[in-house]
Amino acid sequence: MELAFYLSGLVAVLATLGVITGTSPVHSVVYLIVSLIAVALVFFALGAPFAGALEIIVYAGAIMVLFVFVVMMLNLRSDTRTDQPWLHPRQWLGPATLALVLLVAIMVLLARGSPGTLIDGELLTARSVALTLFGPWLMVVELSAILLLAALVTASHVGRRNNPLHKRKRGGNP
Amino acid sequence: MSWWTPQLAAILWAMFQALVILLGAVLLGAVLTVVERRLLGLWQDRYGPNRVGPFGSLQLIADMIKIFFKEDWIPPFADRSLFVLAPVIAFASLLLSFIIIPITPGWGVSDLHIGLLFFLAMAGINVYAVLLGGWASGNKYALLGALRASAQTLSYEVFMGLSLMGVVALAGSFNLRDIVAAQQDLWFIIPQFFGFATFLIAGIAVTHRHPFDQPEAEQELADGYHVEYSSMKFGMFFIGEYVGMLLVSSLIVTLFFGGWHGPWLPPILWFAIKTGFFLMLFILLRAALPRPRYDRVMSFGWKICLPLTLINLLVTGAVILLVTPNA
Repeated sequence: MELAFYLSGLVAVLATLGVITGTSPVHSVVYLIVSLIAVALVFFALGAPFAGALEIIVYAGAIMVLFVFVVMMLNLRSDTRTDQPWLHPRQWLGPATLALVLLVAIMVLLARGSPGTLIDGELLTARSVALTLFGPWLMVVELSAILLLAALVTASHVGRRNNPLHKRKRGGNP
Repeated sequence: MSWWTPQLAAILWAMFQALVILLGAVLLGAVLTVVERRLLGLWQDRYGPNRVGPFGSLQLIADMIKIFFKEDWIPPFADRSLFVLAPVIAFASLLLSFIIIPITPGWGVSDLHIGLLFFLAMAGINVYAVLLGGWASGNKYALLGALRASAQTLSYEVFMGLSLMGVVALAGSFNLRDIVAAQQDLWFIIPQFFGFATFLIAGIAVTHRHPFDQPEAEQELADGYHVEYSSMKFGMFFIGEYVGMLLVSSLIVTLFFGGWHGPWLPPILWFAIKTGFFLMLFILLRAALPRPRYDRVMSFGWKICLPLTLINLLVTGAVILLVTPNA
């Protein structure tokens, strides 16, 4: 299990590097999918197969499809010219400093943490996840459900056919 | 013979089973291509392929020779790496799903306790085969087919997962062996009829079988996402479709028709008979139905099937709570 953990972690890191270094948008998205699948495998190795399966179904299987979809619709080709202004130090110095602070924080945490923590833990089954979610965390689940419902209603409202906003733009065309 | 431990024997036996199931799935997928053409001929009152060998029985070998020796052409305008990757995803994701299917009490590759979720995950990954294949081809018909495929598969996967949750609630487990064991007395087709109906529809849609073959509609898209593929790469898409059919049929049998349960005959025969029945149903649907319009397909999925599965799940949950209030 430890070997699987480190291998899939390595794949996740390499794939994420591929995402940010690639020039073709579709290739980057494919690297991101690989990275998500690798993170799912990390979950499997940690003994949380339910979270791993959901990671693949929700992130790799549904959300990333939309990413690929949009990239294809925009028909972006590999283009390095638009990246040039972003490489100027003024653009990346601020975010990089903030990320460095986070890196230091996580290094300190890792150095202080107990070294004896094992990767093999107890198996988190779907049953235990469900009992936790719908037991002590019921309120949070319900609140996020309401949030998603609100998002759904909003999206349906914005996208409806006789939207007055669209009507004005198209000159009265329904 | 100190190295021959029961543990090693168990590992070897499991590997042997996995190999047999893998090869069996691929071979059956290949045989189905010919079976389908013969049956379509029968149902449409024509001959079908009957020239090669007695009753056309060697047609499969002729097809394989043809497909292996064709030029394996990659268009110069294609995105090479993704173009090669797409058919591999199409084939591998469906084949991997056979891991979770218990064929008989003693046969089956793995008892994942997240079994059904594994299938849903693989079905989710399978979308990329069509999507990337269509995009990498650099052909507008392929791209249109890929966009249709992704929209259709996403819509139908939403309620495919939901349609199975009634079964999961009744059996109390994602593990397919537990689900089969829970159907000892009553097949889930009876309490979960709407779940079965919607899963059948979603299964056909996700494998892009007729009447949900919008992504490769010949009349409009000239074959859709695999229009630029030839030789064995096309073969992988092609056989993958039949492997998908086999997978969905065996899943329907496992989830709704009691798996290997049945009187008199041995379990393996029951499983084969039931799966064969659904394979025939898939082919009969192709022979009998016209292809609906694309927007109708989408609105049918969202406006009829999705509410139906939600109501089904709600009623199932209510009934379970009524019957066993202390559970």
